[in-house]
Amino acid sequence: MRKRVRRRYASERWFRGFGLAAVAISVLFLAFLLYAMASKGIGGFSHYEARLPIDFARSDLFLDPATLHGPDAAQTVAGADLEGVISKAAAAAYGASAARMFGDAAATRLGEAIVANPDVLKGQGMFWLPVSSQVDIAAKGESDTASEQLVNALQQKQALKRTFNGRFLTASDSTDSSSVGVWGALKGTFFTILVTMALAFPIGVLAAVYLEEFAPRNRWTDMIEVSINNLAAVPSIIFGLLGLAVFLNTMYLPRSAPLVGGMTLALMTMPVIVIAGRNAIKTVPPSIRDAALGVGASKMQVTFHHVLPLALPGILTGTIIGMARALGETAPLLMIGMRAFVAAPPGGIADPATVLPVQIFLWSDEVDRGFVEKTSAAIIVLLLFMLVMNGLAIYLRNRFERRW
Amino acid sequence: MEMKEKMPITPTTPVPSPSAAISAEAHEEGPSVADDLDVVPEPAFAIDVSHHANIDEAAAHELDAGKEPKMSADKVSVFYGDKQALKDISIKIYDDRVTAFIGPSGCGKSTFLRCLNRMNDTIPSARVTGRIELDNQDITSSAMDVVQLRARVGMVFQKPNPFPKSIFENVAYGPRIHGLASSKSELEGIVESSLKRAGLWDEVKDRLPESGTALSGGQQQRLCIARAIAVDPEVILMDEPCSALDPIATAKIEELIHELRGRYAIAIVTHNMQQAARVSQRTAFFHLGELVEYGKTSAIFTNPRKQRTQDYITGRYG
Repeated sequence: MRKRVRRRYASERWFRGFGLAAVAISVLFLAFLLYAMASKGIGGFSHYEARLPIDFARSDLFLDPATLHGPDAAQTVAGADLEGVISKAAAAAYGASAARMFGDAAATRLGEAIVANPDVLKGQGMFWLPVSSQVDIAAKGESDTASEQLVNALQQKQALKRTFNGRFLTASDSTDSSSVGVWGALKGTFFTILVTMALAFPIGVLAAVYLEEFAPRNRWTDMIEVSINNLAAVPSIIFGLLGLAVFLNTMYLPRSAPLVGGMTLALMTMPVIVIAGRNAIKTVPPSIRDAALGVGASKMQVTFHHVLPLALPGILTGTIIGMARALGETAPLLMIGMRAFVAAPPGGIADPATVLPVQIFLWSDEVDRGFVEKTSAAIIVLLLFMLVMNGLAIYLRNRFERRW
Repeated sequence: MEMKEKMPITPTTPVPSPSAAISAEAHEEGPSVADDLDVVPEPAFAIDVSHHANIDEAAAHELDAGKEPKMSADKVSVFYGDKQALKDISIKIYDDRVTAFIGPSGCGKSTFLRCLNRMNDTIPSARVTGRIELDNQDITSSAMDVVQLRARVGMVFQKPNPFPKSIFENVAYGPRIHGLASSKSELEGIVESSLKRAGLWDEVKDRLPESGTALSGGQQQRLCIARAIAVDPEVILMDEPCSALDPIATAKIEELIHELRGRYAIAIVTHNMQQAARVSQRTAFFHLGELVEYGKTSAIFTNPRKQRTQDYITGRYG
């Protein structure tokens, strides 16, 4: 008897040990993941700028400060050969090897400075400009012998400083890694999720309400239930093919647009919302329905006055989990052309756009080494986006949760 | 449904003592109700028994002859799928009376109660046959609007089930959906009078915006009664309203039932035979889906005509 008891306690200790080990391993993996991402990605939010003296009087730039007023100024400046000016000035200041130390981003910055104050063109100016990705990487300590010497030279002259890369959050995709940003992808994600939400939430919730509260139990509803459960398990790329076949090839909707992306993702998210909604509705105690019916409420009043408000926290949780999945989805969007190179942020749901996960996928494929940390930084932005959404889910759930 | 035998050898005395049944009967305002004139306090109980001993089953229904029944059921059967839960139940329910349905678990008494306001409609497999009338109007027909029916025949459930809303909203919900109040102050008046009639006003008047679920069990049940009477029903059905409550809360509800009797026809399902004896004037005993016996409460408890009733009220099974 005593031996039995001891054996039972021993098995309990073992079980607890295994459980603890499982938790420890998952925490370890999570910590590793977060560390790897943070250490790589944090660099993407900052970049190096170098000081560059430019003598416009001696450059070959043909720009008249007098013409640089008004709305066309930016275009006029963009048409000028600022790259050439920068290259010459850099070579003059830091030697021939420094001729290519600035990239596209520097020219853009210089252009902005000129538009802001055209009078700089009249004489000499001192500018802090973002360096090219090669120099940036070298400055951040990843070896590239040629650039390293240049970086050392610049640092001795105190002509190099690290600043927050605001451009990363405000710019869109670019071929030059020093001037890329996530704004376009973020905006595309926002539009896409908006379309998904607007379609999947009402349709999913109404379907769940109908199936749970109104539909008769028969072969047809059983079949629908099985189909919905199966749809939730269908690989997402299949939905991409469906979107391609239906929305693009049959309905001729615009390619690469958040509209189509959102519709495709709505197809994917709807079964999840229906299942979550039905479960949430099922957990509303029948006594509440009885109570409302007992005072003479109609079926619809019971549903919309009592059942739905009580099921709402569960429905919202399910919806946001579905949305988070849609937010991180890449495969179906590749099929409908949202992997295109889009350099301008979309202005609406019908404009060409890309989304964050696809942007990450695209950058991870780039040859330019500057994209490595940009990819990680974009992942951090995506995760923050998700964190905000999940936080919202928890907040809403607690807000609407009621006891009965 | 199975019978559980309890102490088959020792003969037990009837659970509610005859005097208890009598005192319950004494709650009726004797003189005003013609057929209860034969109930005279105290020693009359012996006469009462001998009097009723000669009445046969049919005569039990004649008790209330000359009085229009509020509700009447005629040969009502209920099927759940293929299983028959109720067999040809015929019963009449009157104004100013509390009618108790007693019987062992699963005997169909709650099922029958739920027929009276068509709550069985919500169970897809349930099928009801026979005729049930409310003021001589068939309520089982499709012409009867079930929403209006339930406004006229209110219900209080076994477990207190207030809405997870404020106390005010709980009571105001019914009048609001039926459009009984044209202004906010009128609605407030209905809420106040309903809570007063349910004997809850003094306890909750300062906390109307609080959640109904924050009240104690007994208060919740009285809130449910207030909610039911707020739509001004004609009949109130109570499905074991005290089974989840402690004795003190139960006593309050029973007292409330006495007070409400003058206004509404009340039908109550109860497991507790003492409760049936205390609160009701008519008792119907159900067993295995059949109505075994129906008559005056005093008669059922002191001098049942059927052996099965006798066995049940003396605690041989149930």
